[in-house]
Amino acid sequence: MARQAYQEQLLKLNGELIEMGDLCEEAMSLVMKALREKDEEIAVSVHKIEQKIDQKERDIETMCMTLLLRQQPVSGDLRSISSALRMIADMERIGDQTADIADVSRHLTDFQLEVHPKIFHMGKIASKMVNDSVNAFVRKDDKLAAEVIATDDQVDRLFEEIKMELMEEIAKNPNSSGSELDVLMIAKYMERIGDHAVNLGEWVHYYVYGEKVEDKD
Amino acid sequence: MEKDKFTIKDLNLFYGDFQALKKISMHIPEKEITAFIGPSGCGKSTLLKSLNRMNDLVEGCKITGTLLLDGEPINQMKNVNLLRKRVGMVFQKPNPFPMSIYDNVAYGPRTHGIRKKSELDAIVEDSLKKAAIWDETKDRLKKSALGMSGGQQQRLCIARALAVQPEVLLMDEPTSALDPISTTKIEDLALELKNQYTIVMVTHNMQQAARISDKTAFFLLGEMVEMNDTETIFSKPQDKRTDDYITGRFG
Repeated sequence: MARQAYQEQLLKLNGELIEMGDLCEEAMSLVMKALREKDEEIAVSVHKIEQKIDQKERDIETMCMTLLLRQQPVSGDLRSISSALRMIADMERIGDQTADIADVSRHLTDFQLEVHPKIFHMGKIASKMVNDSVNAFVRKDDKLAAEVIATDDQVDRLFEEIKMELMEEIAKNPNSSGSELDVLMIAKYMERIGDHAVNLGEWVHYYVYGEKVEDKD
Repeated sequence: MEKDKFTIKDLNLFYGDFQALKKISMHIPEKEITAFIGPSGCGKSTLLKSLNRMNDLVEGCKITGTLLLDGEPINQMKNVNLLRKRVGMVFQKPNPFPMSIYDNVAYGPRTHGIRKKSELDAIVEDSLKKAAIWDETKDRLKKSALGMSGGQQQRLCIARALAVQPEVLLMDEPTSALDPISTTKIEDLALELKNQYTIVMVTHNMQQAARISDKTAFFLLGEMVEMNDTETIFSKPQDKRTDDYITGRFG
């Protein structure tokens, strides 16, 4: 095959993106466990994964810059590398937000507050969105990317439901400890993770078609 | 740790009164690709030719300073043919001899005394394979090399250089006369060959240097301005003149 070393580097880039996606999933799964089991130790370990995600972002960034510099990619290759550069920024933010949830969960441990069950549902959906979008990139599967983008409505809906229910609870118990706001924060972080997964899907679309997804609003 | 194939220190080269190279000092690592870049007349080809004493053929050429191959002074070597066997060269324009493909490749080994047909057959096949042109030539070895395309001729010239089992390949703008597909084949070949050979390449094509070389040296007006890892040269050169040249702001 022509330019074999270059082709191998592009494949390696895909592999690295999959690893970064896996780390995001691991962080999300762990933070869910920390919430479910109210385990502070687990919450701390989320930060360790978040650091790995940050390192992975730097590694992939260096890899992309080297590819741009040395191989002067054009056409689909150029779109693939520029999309990868944007996707790792979104995945890095996902890592930050799981770490933020882990921090909030430590307050919940103090207060022994029940975590809203819909948050776990949100987390499950958002985690699958991240996984699917990275797979869509590697397979150049725009259909899967479109599914990821559409799925975000479910996450947004759950967030709205949680928000309304928490508002009702606060109205009922005006003297509560305020931990409802912590739960709301967690829900908001989950909702943001969904948004980042949407961005990932949109970059897949750009990679495949060379144009940005039109804003549905 | 990388081993130096060539060590150059305070090298000056004069063509009569004109000083073409000024106090060049550098190390060329073994089994890597080193690219020489710079505008026309900067001395890069002159330095390349000094590495196997091709400049001996130029009247009035004088060299001072140190130029070592594996620690041995090149300019004191008694047997220039042996030096050129160790340090082969491929030129800008493919220059096959007007003879068959087979005889082109067998020419060098025959010069060095190999006569046995089976031995020559093996060398020809091995060299053409290493130069990634065996599949295209195996059924026409007795045909004239002049009937091949430019890209094939250049790979044949590389096979011819490899046939005498060199340690180093000097390439003087090896793809400037070739189309993009042939250029890609030569670049892929250079990347493959660096596992076994030290390659020093002069190129006007900076993208080519970025694509395939490990080290890059920038020359200007007979001086070596800067040499470093290729990624460093193309991402954060130390000297403004290098920056101006590689970004096309030169002059």
